[in-house]
Amino acid sequence: MATNRRALLKGMAAAGAVVASGVTTAEARARRKAPADAIGMLYDATLCIGCKTCVVACKQANGLPPDTSRGGGLWDAPDDLNSKTKNIIKLYKGEGRQSFMKAQCMHCVDPSCINACMMGSLEKREYGVVTWHGERCTGCRYCGVACPYGIPTYEYDKAFPAVVKCEMCAQRKDKPFKPACCEICPVKAVIFGTYADLLVEAKRRLAEHPDRYESKVFGETDGGGTQVLYLSAAGIPFDKLGLPDLGPEPVPELQQSIQHGIYQGFIAPAALFAVLAGVIWRNRKAAARGEGVDS
Amino acid sequence: MSAHAKAQPVGGPIWTRGFRVITALFAVSAALMIWRWIVGLGAATDLSDGYPWGLWIAFDVVTGTALGCGGYAMAFLVYIFNKGQYHPLVRPAVLTSALGYTMAALAINLDVGRPLYIYLIPIRPSWWNLNSALLEVALCVMSYVAVLWIELSPAFFERWEAGPDGFFKRLSATFHPIVKKLMVPLLAVGILLPTMHQSSLGSLMLLAGTKLHGLWHTPLLPLLFLISCVGMGYAVVAFEGTLAARVFHRHRETTMLASLGKVTGAVVMGWAVLRLLDIVLRGKLGLLFSFDMYGFFFWLEMALSIVGGLMLLSAYRFSEAGQFVASILIVTSGALYRIDTYLVAYNPGPNWSYFPSVPEQVITLGIVAFEIMLYVVLVKTVPILSGSASAGAVK
Repeated sequence: MATNRRALLKGMAAAGAVVASGVTTAEARARRKAPADAIGMLYDATLCIGCKTCVVACKQANGLPPDTSRGGGLWDAPDDLNSKTKNIIKLYKGEGRQSFMKAQCMHCVDPSCINACMMGSLEKREYGVVTWHGERCTGCRYCGVACPYGIPTYEYDKAFPAVVKCEMCAQRKDKPFKPACCEICPVKAVIFGTYADLLVEAKRRLAEHPDRYESKVFGETDGGGTQVLYLSAAGIPFDKLGLPDLGPEPVPELQQSIQHGIYQGFIAPAALFAVLAGVIWRNRKAAARGEGVDS
Repeated sequence: MSAHAKAQPVGGPIWTRGFRVITALFAVSAALMIWRWIVGLGAATDLSDGYPWGLWIAFDVVTGTALGCGGYAMAFLVYIFNKGQYHPLVRPAVLTSALGYTMAALAINLDVGRPLYIYLIPIRPSWWNLNSALLEVALCVMSYVAVLWIELSPAFFERWEAGPDGFFKRLSATFHPIVKKLMVPLLAVGILLPTMHQSSLGSLMLLAGTKLHGLWHTPLLPLLFLISCVGMGYAVVAFEGTLAARVFHRHRETTMLASLGKVTGAVVMGWAVLRLLDIVLRGKLGLLFSFDMYGFFFWLEMALSIVGGLMLLSAYRFSEAGQFVASILIVTSGALYRIDTYLVAYNPGPNWSYFPSVPEQVITLGIVAFEIMLYVVLVKTVPILSGSASAGAVK
C-alpha cells in the first residue's frame, strides 16, 4: 500500500537520522583516563636477569598452586599465563640477542575487558587496578576474547571456574596495593609506584641512555595507555616481547563509538519501535477493512 | 490480497523410525551435556585461554540464532511491507525461530562456566554494564525467546480450543484474547529485538581488535551481520518449506517462494557488494589477493553468497530444485561468515590452536537433533503448516 510504504519510509528516515546523529556525536565518547591515584609497574627488560623470583613471590602472595603439567610433576613450570599463574617471565630469543619479558595484566587505562563484561564483574577500582568479582561473573569469557594481550585466564579444569588475573596484589590489603613481584625483585627490574611517577622515571631512563633502549615507553599511549609500563632493549621491538602494536586509540574505542552512537539514550531503538508498531497497526487496520492482509 | 488456507496440524504418528534415530542421538548428547557440567569445560572441550570461544558460541549461538531469523525476516516482509500473500510462511518461520533461539539459549547454558549466574542478568539491573555489547545481546535474546513463543502461542490456543474441555481450554479462553490484543506491540518488539541483537553479534567481535583478521574486522560488522541474518532468514524459510513439503507430503508454495527468492537474492547480493565495497574503501584490497587461508575462506563465503543470490535473481528461482540449492548456498555462506568471524579469522597468537572436541561436536549435533524432534512433534500436533495435504499424503 502506497500510503503505508510512504509512512514507513518516512519513519525509517527519521530513525536513521537519529542513529546518524548519534554516530557523528559518538566520537565524543569520553575516554577513560588514569585516576589521579593510579598505581602501576615499570618493567625494564634490560635489567631483568630472568631469575623468576617474582613468579614464585606471586604464587605465594596469591596462594596459587604450582603448575607441574610440564615439569614431569616435579617442579612449577608454567609455559604461559594460566589459571595457576598470574605472572610469568618469558624469554625472547632473536638473532644473536635475547630478552626476558614479564607478563601479567597490563591494567589498561581504558580496558577492553571491562567494556566486554556484562555484569561489571571486571571493574577498574581503586588506584585504577582491574579486579574481578566472582559473585557477578557468568563465566562467558568475552573478557578473554576482548583482551589484546591475552591476559584473563580461566579455570578450564574446574566445574565452577573463576577468572584469574593479576590484580596488583589487591588481596593483600595494603593501601595502596603492593605487588609482591615488585617487592621481591632483587635487581629492581620491575618496580611499582604511582603511574605518574613511573612514567617520569621511564622517560628519565630513556633520556639518560637513549642507546640502550627502544625509543619509547610501551604503555604511555599504547591502546589508550596501560598502567604497567615497559622498556625494551634497543633492537628488540615490543612486538617481539608479545606486546602488539595497537596504536594510541583505546582498544574499545571503535566498538564503543558505534554502539553508543546507535544506542545513545535508547532513542533510536525507541523510535524504531514506534515506527514499526505504527506501520503494523495501520497495515492491520487496513486488513480489517478487507484491503490487506488478515492477521 | 488472498485469504490463506488455515494452518492445520499435520497429524500422523510421531514415534517413527527416523524420530527414534534422532532421539537416540539426542540421548547420547544429553548424557554428554550432564558430563560437561560435572567435569568442566577443559575436559569436555578444546577451549583454551587463547580460544575462549569455540563451536558452541560460533555455531550453536551465533549461527543458530541467525538460522532462527526466518521469523524476523518474514515479519518484516508481511507486517511492515504489508506483503500479506506470504502469510502462510510466517507461522512455520516463527516456529523455526522459536526453536532456533531456544536451542541457542540451551547452548549458552552449556558454554558459560557459571551458568546459574546467567539468571542474575535479568534480575540485577543495578549490575548491568551498559557498555557491554554482550549484555545487550543477552537481554535481547532472553526477551526474544519469550516474544517468539508468545507470537507462536495462538497456534497452541487454536489446538486447545478445538480440544476437550479442561485446563488448557480455560487457559486459551483467558490468554488467547490477551495475546490477540497485544499482537501489534508484540510484532513490533519481535522485529526490534533481532535488529538490535543480530547487529550486536557483529559488534561483539569489534572488540577483538587486532586479533580479528582485517577482511572481517570492519566498523560495518554490525550492519553486515544484520543484512546477512535477513538473507539467511529468507533462505531458511525456503529450505524449511521445501523439506517440510517433502517430508510431510504437503502442497509446496513454489510460486510464493519464487517471488520471495527475488527478495532473498537482492538482500544477499546487497550484502556481498557492501562487503567488497567496504574492503576497497578501507584500503584492504591487497588482503583480497593474499591467497592464504584467510583469503580462501573469504572468497568461499563470497562465492557461496553470490552464486546463491544470482540463482535466485535468475530463472532458477522458479524451480523447486533451484530454490533449494540456492537457499543451501546462502545459509552455508552465512554460517561460514559467522564461524569465520568468531573462529577461523580470530587469531590469538602463534601458540594457540582450536578444533572442536568430539564431545563439543556430538553435543552440537544433539542440540540440532533436539530441535528437529521438537519441530516434528509440534508440526504434527499443532496448527503450524498451512495448506492441505497433497495427493498421496500419508496420515
